[in-house]
Amino acid sequence: MSATSLLAIVLILSLIGYFWGRASAAGLKRGGQGMHSIPAYHGYFIALSCGIPSFLLVLIWLATQNTVIDTLLIAGLPAHITDGVETSRMSLILSEIKSIAGGRIFGTPDPALIAAAERYNALRGTASLAMVVSALAVAIAAMSYARSRVSPEFRARNSVDGILRWILIVCSILAILTTLGIILSLVIESMAFFSRVPVFEFLFGMEWSPQIAMRADQVASSGAFGAVPVFWGTIFISAIAMFVALPVGLFSAIYLVEYADKRVRSFVKPLLEILAGIPTIVYGFFAILTVAPFIRDLGTSMGLSVASNSALAAGGVMGIMLIPFISSFADDAISAVPQSMRDGAYALGATKAETVRQVLLPAALPGIVGGVLLAVSRAIGETMIVVMAAGLMAKLTANPLEGVTTVTVQIVTLLIGDTEFDSPKTLAAFGLGLVLFITTLALNIVALQVVKRYRERYE
Amino acid sequence: MSDTTHGPDRKERNAWFEADARLKRRHLADKRLRAYGIAAIVFALGMLATLVGTILITAAPAVTQTMVTFEVEVPEGSVDPANPSGGSYQTMLNASIARIFPDVDTPRELRELRQLFSNGGQYQLRDKILADPSLIGKTVSISFPMSDIGDQLHKGVIDRNLPPDFRRVNDTQIAWYDVLVERGQISSPLNWGLLFNADSRFPELAGLRGALVGSFFALLVCFLVSFPVGIAAAVYLEEFAPKNRLTDLIEVNINNLAAVPSIVFGLLGLAVFLNFFGMPRSAPIVGGLVLSLMTLPTIIIATRAALKAVPPSIREAAIGVGASKMQTVGHHVLPLAMPGILTGTIIGLAQALGETAPLLLIGMNAFITAAPDSMFNPSTALPTQIYIWADSPERGFTSRTSAAIIVLLGFLVCMNAIAIYMRKRFERRW
Repeated sequence: MSATSLLAIVLILSLIGYFWGRASAAGLKRGGQGMHSIPAYHGYFIALSCGIPSFLLVLIWLATQNTVIDTLLIAGLPAHITDGVETSRMSLILSEIKSIAGGRIFGTPDPALIAAAERYNALRGTASLAMVVSALAVAIAAMSYARSRVSPEFRARNSVDGILRWILIVCSILAILTTLGIILSLVIESMAFFSRVPVFEFLFGMEWSPQIAMRADQVASSGAFGAVPVFWGTIFISAIAMFVALPVGLFSAIYLVEYADKRVRSFVKPLLEILAGIPTIVYGFFAILTVAPFIRDLGTSMGLSVASNSALAAGGVMGIMLIPFISSFADDAISAVPQSMRDGAYALGATKAETVRQVLLPAALPGIVGGVLLAVSRAIGETMIVVMAAGLMAKLTANPLEGVTTVTVQIVTLLIGDTEFDSPKTLAAFGLGLVLFITTLALNIVALQVVKRYRERYE
Repeated sequence: MSDTTHGPDRKERNAWFEADARLKRRHLADKRLRAYGIAAIVFALGMLATLVGTILITAAPAVTQTMVTFEVEVPEGSVDPANPSGGSYQTMLNASIARIFPDVDTPRELRELRQLFSNGGQYQLRDKILADPSLIGKTVSISFPMSDIGDQLHKGVIDRNLPPDFRRVNDTQIAWYDVLVERGQISSPLNWGLLFNADSRFPELAGLRGALVGSFFALLVCFLVSFPVGIAAAVYLEEFAPKNRLTDLIEVNINNLAAVPSIVFGLLGLAVFLNFFGMPRSAPIVGGLVLSLMTLPTIIIATRAALKAVPPSIREAAIGVGASKMQTVGHHVLPLAMPGILTGTIIGLAQALGETAPLLLIGMNAFITAAPDSMFNPSTALPTQIYIWADSPERGFTSRTSAAIIVLLGFLVCMNAIAIYMRKRFERRW
């Protein structure tokens, strides 16, 4: 029986429990008893007590079943197969056993593997039968226990409210679990990486060529995992992006808040925000389709040699993506400056430009800085534009017409199509991911602090 | 002496002139700032227009697909009626092509001739016979796509006036193509294959069905997980949570998760869902789970804003007539906040639909030629399909990529339009 139909049966059992509980409570009520809770709540109580435990049981079972079966399978393999085998080889053996079990036999496998495949099928059969039996047993036991509690004095509404409250708490704790999952998975895999490549070398090494390290004799060879050129590429492209986004975003915000009349504003602002809603993959395609060839042709006509994946194209397009980000933050910050400060400046005879430069911008600066920091964090973490438009080679160059690579590009290229989890090449991606996560987290925290402090000034 | 009598006068006049000049400069600065603002907006909107414009223009050739129609004779005995899928349909097709071009006989010429047509023709013929075995022994008319170069030639993307070395078709191929046009065998109907075919290595056969189904499953999972969980979390934080360390921690976490780069969620999915729990690679269920973790903060934040907008008098009235806190929320506050919650959810789902990077890491960029049957089968999604096509060298994929982008943008526009409509129509101001 599949897990889906099992869950459906549990759901039906809960429904039965609901009607059973409601009917028995209604019976008591008709018998003239004064009930604490209305019958429906007795029904809800039985349904929840029946459904939740077995639902959780099935989920946990499904999550752990594969691991448990694999462990049992490996434990049962004869010594001549398992002796001195690394984890990577072990997973290959496991997948071979599974494909034999599925009836896809290539060549003549070891008889021990065929025996293991039979055991695998048997284990799976037992496991799914045991899951069905235990889930249904739990559901029925819980249902009859809950039914036994139906009585006039039983505070069904309070119990149901309590259960629901716990469900709400668990759901909100999921946010913490997600963060925890991110941190744990990044840290654990990075630790495995740093046990092969020293942290110091990773953070300060000047040469990045992870593909070379794929060769067995060169695992963790020195110099291959120095991430400085990758970090530099990220910073460089982000800087180009901010160079485009900051002036355009800031000037358009100033114009929209201080100069434009209401009609223009209500028309232009949503249009600008469309730029924020376009998926980044579309920007990436735009970069390789239009912007990169344009920049190359322009450069060639001026006698410059431009790489087809120049940092300028990737950064420039990323800058366009960030314009609405900066402009809406700056817009909010400038609009939030009290009108009295504008009036004061005008009363002293200042022009609009002088008011903006000497009164509004200093007052709105914390908000704008917060927005800029968030935009920088976006630029650093942005993936698809650079994957499509930036280079793969890590280069330490300050020439925007050459191609550089970024942290996110490297993560994607290291992990695409590679499922092996113990080569330093794959693990390096998690090392980069950890650096990326810490950097963006720090930027976000600082940005939120800056924005918060600014808010306190006028409210 | 004259200095003393005229001095103040001249000074005054100089001062006046200076002030006048300064005022002019100040007004000029003001005008400059205004011009910078207008230039910035023109630049941003110009870029938006260029982006949309180039994508529309590049996509235009993919609106139609050049088809070629052949009358194919299916001789009696060439196909075993008991096992019709075993017939050699390519041979029959080749025979009917050879009837039109009897003088083409060298292997090289034959190969060049066949380069004009997609190799999907034989399968179409096979499917026709499979569907109706009584056609064996008759002449069947099939209409199937031209190959990439044939399609480009018909649409004028390949300029036939260029010297032969500069184009991908030679003069004989152009002559054959002209014969077919003259015989009325070439047509270019609307390119429904783009939406209804699965992926293929050949641009003329490639379509988005697999990607659309994959994205649908992933969004379904994303909705089923993030909608209830998001609402539950927001209700707890907004209506029940005491002010303590735990709730502070949860709030900080939600705000930070909203700003974590999407690729980090991909790493999480790879390490936890694929590696730790052993879920299937490339499957929409994993993609949906990863996307739901990303959408969760959006939905929680939107739901909290919607709950905050419900006035306390509603809660007080419900409590006043004896409802429990849970009943108050479930019967009154949540239904009133629902339009706002749904608006936020749709916007969150629209973001999830366009998200690419995490799906790449969990392998949803595999080359799969069939649409997935369930959310556990390997599949691509709309944005990852765009990524695959953008990476393909064939010329025909450029316009198909743009067309796929338009499909994606179309879905996003629809979802956002629904969200805006719901906000305008149902949101109540108290």
